[in-house]
Amino acid sequence: MGKKVLLIEDEPNIIEAISFILSRDGWEVKTHANGHDAMEAVRRRAPDLIILDVMLPGKSGYDILGEIREDADFAETPVLMLTARGQTRDREMAERAGANRYMTKPFSNADVLAAVRALVEA
Amino acid sequence: MTVLNLLILVCLLYVVLLFAVAFAADRAARLGRGSWLRSSVVYTLSLSIYCTAWTFYGAVGFAARSGLEFVTIYLGPTLVMVGWWWTLRRLVRVGRSQRITSIADLISSRYGKSNLLAVLVTVLAVVATTPYIALQLQSVTLSFAAFAATDPEATTLPDMQSTALWVAVGLALFTILFGTRNLDANERHHGVVMAIALEAVVKLFALLAVGVFVVWGLSGGIGPTLDRIETSPIARFDVSGSRWVGLTLLSAMAFLTLPRMFQVLVVENEADEHLRTAAWAFPTYLMLMSLFVVPIAVVGLDMMPNGANPDLFVLTLPLMEGRDGLAILSFLGGFSSATSMVIVAAIALSTMVSNHVVMPLWLHYSGMAAVVSGDVRTVALMARRLSIAGVLFLGYVYFRLSGGGTALAAIGLIAFVGVAQFLPALMGGLFWRGATRTGALAGLVLGAAVWLYCLFLPSFGPSAILPQTVFDHGLWGQSWLRPRALFGAEGMDPVIHALMWSMLLNISAFILGSLLSFPRPLERLQGAQFVNSLDNPGTPGGWSGGMAQSEDLLIMAQRIMGAREAQTLFSAAAQRQGVAGYLPEPSPDFLQELERALAGSVGAATAHAMVGQIVGGAAVSVEDLMAVADETAQIMEYSSQLEAKSQELARTARQLRQANETLTQISVQKDGFLSQISHELRTPMTSIRAFSEILRDTQDLTPEEQNKYAAIIHDETVRLTRLLDDLLDLSVLENGQVELNIQTGTLKALLDRSVRAAGGDGNGFRIRRTRASEQVELTTDLDRLAQVFINLISNARKYCDAKPAVLTIRATISDGQLVVDFVDNGSGIPTDKHAVIFEKFSRIGQTKASGAGLGLAICREIMERLGGDISYLPGQEGAAFRVTLPLAPGRMAAA
Repeated sequence: MGKKVLLIEDEPNIIEAISFILSRDGWEVKTHANGHDAMEAVRRRAPDLIILDVMLPGKSGYDILGEIREDADFAETPVLMLTARGQTRDREMAERAGANRYMTKPFSNADVLAAVRALVEA
Repeated sequence: MTVLNLLILVCLLYVVLLFAVAFAADRAARLGRGSWLRSSVVYTLSLSIYCTAWTFYGAVGFAARSGLEFVTIYLGPTLVMVGWWWTLRRLVRVGRSQRITSIADLISSRYGKSNLLAVLVTVLAVVATTPYIALQLQSVTLSFAAFAATDPEATTLPDMQSTALWVAVGLALFTILFGTRNLDANERHHGVVMAIALEAVVKLFALLAVGVFVVWGLSGGIGPTLDRIETSPIARFDVSGSRWVGLTLLSAMAFLTLPRMFQVLVVENEADEHLRTAAWAFPTYLMLMSLFVVPIAVVGLDMMPNGANPDLFVLTLPLMEGRDGLAILSFLGGFSSATSMVIVAAIALSTMVSNHVVMPLWLHYSGMAAVVSGDVRTVALMARRLSIAGVLFLGYVYFRLSGGGTALAAIGLIAFVGVAQFLPALMGGLFWRGATRTGALAGLVLGAAVWLYCLFLPSFGPSAILPQTVFDHGLWGQSWLRPRALFGAEGMDPVIHALMWSMLLNISAFILGSLLSFPRPLERLQGAQFVNSLDNPGTPGGWSGGMAQSEDLLIMAQRIMGAREAQTLFSAAAQRQGVAGYLPEPSPDFLQELERALAGSVGAATAHAMVGQIVGGAAVSVEDLMAVADETAQIMEYSSQLEAKSQELARTARQLRQANETLTQISVQKDGFLSQISHELRTPMTSIRAFSEILRDTQDLTPEEQNKYAAIIHDETVRLTRLLDDLLDLSVLENGQVELNIQTGTLKALLDRSVRAAGGDGNGFRIRRTRASEQVELTTDLDRLAQVFINLISNARKYCDAKPAVLTIRATISDGQLVVDFVDNGSGIPTDKHAVIFEKFSRIGQTKASGAGLGLAICREIMERLGGDISYLPGQEGAAFRVTLPLAPGRMAAA
């Protein structure tokens, strides 16, 4: 059984695509589709890596990342942020909030896979 | 001692006497002992400067040439004096209350203190008076020559021109000495007036003495004299009616407008009572002056050799008879007539020239510094002295140039016509409030031009100034412009001709100009004060400060001007008056100064009324109050305009602020939308890219997976296309480029279609409709309306968070309008978002939606194009939208 990835994303098609790519590479993929209770999903799943969308219904990805970093159990968990808003300001906000990696949609599948691997192995 | 030497000696002594009298009178006035100086007798005698050498010598000559016509010259002034209550009283009142210094000053003051008018009057007065002064110089020289001619012992005849020069210099000295002692025109020239009064007595006495000598000494009594008159040509002269009336009128007008007459009548006047006395005393004086004119003329014509100058009969008759003493007395009479006229005319003209020409120029070129430094007084005195010298020099030059010829003889009447041009502006100003500066200017200019062209310039004789062709054929060959026959009026006496046309045109232009122009505020104010001059008591100097309370004045002034400025003004005045402390005596000067200072703040009329109330010396008239009301009304109008303006400004500022806020909001929304549009475009593209890479890179996909992923790519492509369609649609709608496709159909069919297109009823989403009310026939762009309905239904499907979600669609008709409400049972839209949901790019919170927040914006644009409206309906169960559309009457299907 591979390492556990929690994907927090609200767009069903994107969830399906990322799940497909990571599963095929041997990752155990858990998904969560809204912002409200994302932190609870993190605690429940205790993932090795979190892939986090910025625009989520209920709570923004930045706020969720803040909560993750405040929680001692997950302060060191690598987080890959995905955003559809490709502005420099968003990248800065993500880095300030403590994201380990930041990727702009649309992405290449290979890049996502490489990033996930690199973040977990590091 | 020869007669000539004796004459010179007597003459010199007489001049010394005049100096002494003038000096004594001035001194007495200065020491305050001169109450006798201000008697009505002196005033009456001073008016006798009307009788110049022209009348003293010339009346006899006039009678010898034209018979009784000379009487008109006395008749005019007599009429004016007898009717003093009507005109002179008003004139004198105005002169005193407005502190008038000359006729130019009066006319300019009346018409809003127009200096242009003052300059015009001054120039005309100088032009008309200069020959008159020359005439006086000529009479003195002629009479002197007459003496010399009869003196056998005189080795050489005296040089006439040097005589005239010496007389002119002497007169200039006297006038400067006694005419410019005081700068303030309000302080009257007591010395001069006294000397003139003495001269008046001398000339009357001289003429009467000659008359008595002629009647009883030469003619042998009254009876023989009357017989002589009967047989003389004088009795047979035809009296021309028009000339008689014209000359009487002319002399009456000139009596009021001659600068020197204005000086003694108005400027030197002390009180109304003097007028009352002069009203009978002056006509009496004139009557006495004219009593022996005809006898002297008749006897002169009888006894003197043919060709003797009748103008000098008064002198030559006694000389011929060897009555040297009487001849010298007669000479002194003529000398007095000439000198008194010249002195007063010089004072009057110099006042005008220095006040209205020299001083304004000097102030203009030296600036305010000089005014503050106190040089004004020195300069004004110097200007006046130079003006006196200048006026006399002009007279002398004119005398030299004219060569003392016969042209001078007619100059009296010519000057009369010239100064008569002031009369319309003067009388109009006193009696007609509607008279304006424009009218006065127009009348004066036109009248003066006609006078110059028809009388003054031709008086130099043909070819002197005007060429002969102008006399014969008119200016520029226009025969109606002949100076002696203007507008074809031929065969008239030149003086009457010029008088008629100049006055006719002057008065017409004055009245027309006044009616066609609007007076400035200052003009209106001055006009009211002049016309209503009789309502104010004629206290000299405007205010009598007797009862004034300086402290009250200070309190009032402080309120208006502010404490510091008022105190500065008062203490400066106190210092000037030499009074200890900071309260000055309420002298007329100070009150006027205060009034002027206050006028700067509250307007002239208000200032006048306020000072008047405190001083109490003059009642505040109804006119004053009206003027105050005018000012107040004007101020109120200004302030209400100001208020309106400031409200408008505040409104504009508010609108600007709102516009600015809207702009900021729109800008924020736009930024938000760019983010949003980026998100909306990138999301489907992410899926498309991811699945196309999967399809490309993954070898072992099952056919089901391949189909599913291809379908996802397809759907996401459709979603992208729809987004772009929305954007384009909105752009087209907003630019108004949309073309409506008007069709007819029922609301029910349209709703059915819309519900179907929006995904139908079911799957946890129910739609409730009242189909009975949907049988409404619509004629509009059905596709566009369906687009709106689809959008609303889809929104409810997407956003309604109730389980199960229910959308109620209600159609009603009210006031010819179709109203369709879409109400769901969800949590609705927060109140603070109601205002922005129809703005494009606006999205509510982080709500996930397939659209980019353009739907409602598109709906609003569509409804606007269809002539209807879409709005959010607050206070309903959940989210509620109302669509309204006007229905043409009769378009309803059976409900």
